[in-house]
Amino acid sequence: MLNYIWFGMMLISVIAGIITGRIDAVTEAAIGMAKTAVEISIGLIGIMALWLGIMKIAEASGLIRIIARALKPIPIRLFPDVPADHPAIGSIVLNMSANMLGLGNAATPLGLKAMEELQEINPRKDTATNAMVMFLAINTSSVQIIVPATVVALMGVTTSQIFIPTILATTASTITAIFMARFLQNRKMFSVESGS
Amino acid sequence: MIESIVGSLNAGAKYIIPLLLVGIPFYAISVKKIKVYEVFVEGAKDGFTIAVRIIPYLVAILVAVGMFRASGALDLLLSLMAPLLNAIGFPPENLPLALMRPLSGSGSLGLLTDLVNEYGPDSLYAKIGATMFGSSETTFYVLAVYFGSVSITRSRHALVAGLTADAVGALSAVYICKLMFG
Repeated sequence: MLNYIWFGMMLISVIAGIITGRIDAVTEAAIGMAKTAVEISIGLIGIMALWLGIMKIAEASGLIRIIARALKPIPIRLFPDVPADHPAIGSIVLNMSANMLGLGNAATPLGLKAMEELQEINPRKDTATNAMVMFLAINTSSVQIIVPATVVALMGVTTSQIFIPTILATTASTITAIFMARFLQNRKMFSVESGS
Repeated sequence: MIESIVGSLNAGAKYIIPLLLVGIPFYAISVKKIKVYEVFVEGAKDGFTIAVRIIPYLVAILVAVGMFRASGALDLLLSLMAPLLNAIGFPPENLPLALMRPLSGSGSLGLLTDLVNEYGPDSLYAKIGATMFGSSETTFYVLAVYFGSVSITRSRHALVAGLTADAVGALSAVYICKLMFG
């Protein structure tokens, strides 16, 4: 799937670039974004190190187990393939909590830790498991209950008016993400064995 | 009522990170007698490997997204979709943001800024835009980073599920705002 979408996006870009006369900008964007991608990754090192360090302390002191045990009824239903006492459940719970509170900086390292733990119980290391897709879909649908600071800065006093619409819209998209992840996981074209 | 809830949530948010940074080591050192400095460094080591592992995935995704944005393909898509949008009551002013949201965080923030500057924060367009922005994530980026960090190349139904959720989120933002403010 991603093979076609990735190639399709570049193909459409080149064709559209020729039609609109922006082919130079397309070339520039390709080279510029390659550089940006590395800068973003390198920029993650410090934040990742900080949160992974703190998480290690939380893990060693048993805090993660305590939190995961308290909140696990939710992830157990969403991730039936993951054993209830697996450390991934703890990281997933913490990632979702951080996302809800709008702590993007903390949520990403926690999410990547969860991915690493989900990978441990993945029999095919290059292919996403049902649990991984479910986790990713929920993450991309955003479960934030705090309006992002950037939006607050832009909207000013109007922010309080969009609070409820934002929660309703994000709930709708999260429910869709969960439903779609479940609904598609047994389709033949998305099966673990198939090509995509 | 809502104002005070939003106010206290956003005011409280700035204490969460410092509290976690101090609270977690405090519990570990006082209750469990853990050597917090040594354990921290041990965990922090992984930060570098994970960040470096992400690079090729992020390059692949961001290059495609960047080319797509620069090519003007979004404008072509926009004119193609205009009749359909009019039929379902989706304001064309909000379409660029809806299409950009899964592709680029900074790009969609730029478009939201345009909406606010052009129509004012009190306008329906700005409210719909802000709701869209706040209710969704940069799907392509999240996919590249999360799957890249564990070297997963076969993403199965992840992108379809994520993009469908984005579409439903964008449509919800439009109809909910129209209902509440229209």
